[in-house]
Amino acid sequence: MAQTGFGRRYFKAFVSGFFVAVPVTVTVLDRLAYVARVEGASMQPSLNPDGGSSPDVVLLNRWSVRNYQVHRGDIVSVLSPKDPQQKIIKRVIGIEGDFIKTLGYKNRYVRVPDGHLWIEGDHHGHSFDSNTFGPVSLGLVHGRASHIIWPPSRWQRIEPSVPPERRPLLNWEGATEDGYDD
Amino acid sequence: MFRGFLVKTISFVGYTVQYGCIAHCAFEYVGEFVSCSGPSMEPTITNHDVVFSERVSRNLCRIQKGDIVIAKSPFDPKMNICKRVMGLEGDKVCTSGPSDIFKTHTYVPRGHVWLEGDNLRNSTDSRSYGPIPYALIRGRVCLKVMRIQSHFLTYILPQRPNHKLFEFELLPFYVVFFQEFFFSSIKQNK
Repeated sequence: MAQTGFGRRYFKAFVSGFFVAVPVTVTVLDRLAYVARVEGASMQPSLNPDGGSSPDVVLLNRWSVRNYQVHRGDIVSVLSPKDPQQKIIKRVIGIEGDFIKTLGYKNRYVRVPDGHLWIEGDHHGHSFDSNTFGPVSLGLVHGRASHIIWPPSRWQRIEPSVPPERRPLLNWEGATEDGYDD
Repeated sequence: MFRGFLVKTISFVGYTVQYGCIAHCAFEYVGEFVSCSGPSMEPTITNHDVVFSERVSRNLCRIQKGDIVIAKSPFDPKMNICKRVMGLEGDKVCTSGPSDIFKTHTYVPRGHVWLEGDNLRNSTDSRSYGPIPYALIRGRVCLKVMRIQSHFLTYILPQRPNHKLFEFELLPFYVVFFQEFFFSSIKQNK
């Protein structure tokens, strides 16, 4: 009799703990922060400088992108426009209104449309980025990579920086200029 | 006495956090109510209709041609659009209007969908801005809420276009529909 009583109390405690832990964890992962491992060589040398031997693990800040405020030079993770279940991590080179010179895109010059971003990997030529599929919508942004948390030798805060040769040529504010759409 | 008050406050905050997280999981993974505005989906969905959009099909990638979906607008991620899926990836869709002599077609690229409103004359959709990535879709509309003259459902909705009812604005619905479950469970725990 004592054993069945103990089993039932244990089961009740487990169920009530389960219904607390799972929603809270899911909400934290959706709204606050997310941890992800970087695969591939498209962001070398900033991320994954050793290639596949010891991939970097980054902390993605989801709270800072809740209002879709992204700046040039941020490393962001976006949902891939070619595969909705895959996330890709790249650097923001241009925001809406910027006039960009592209590397291998179908048009040589592109004005980034409203509500879109131009993202590129740091390792040009080995990167599946906006030079392949064009500007990405801001609604696809998943999180902003703020820290590298593994391996411990590479603990650092990721600073936003645009490579000097990839700065936008011009920036038109607002949606009035439409002459250079692709 | 102060300690009793502190314990009550902490347990209240704990319950609020727990139920807020459960509400977030329900809205993100099960479904949510959305208020639609604009004439682009008439006569299926008229201005100021409240519809229920479920998230399960979208997360399992089971959106099919002919479904009505709520998606984030490609040009403003804070606005939502409500349209019907007319083409999935790889489909051939007609981009010219009914009055054009020469019909033009295009293929929907991989990972994208083609959206059109039911009210073709008064709808800005993929015919003007092209196919949108599948990942911008939020949910599939499955039910429309009918107005019933009772004190629950005559809640005045704010007048914003395609406005997603944020979780805390849904508090009257939430309290009314789930009060017998949650409030009685609080009483049992005490």
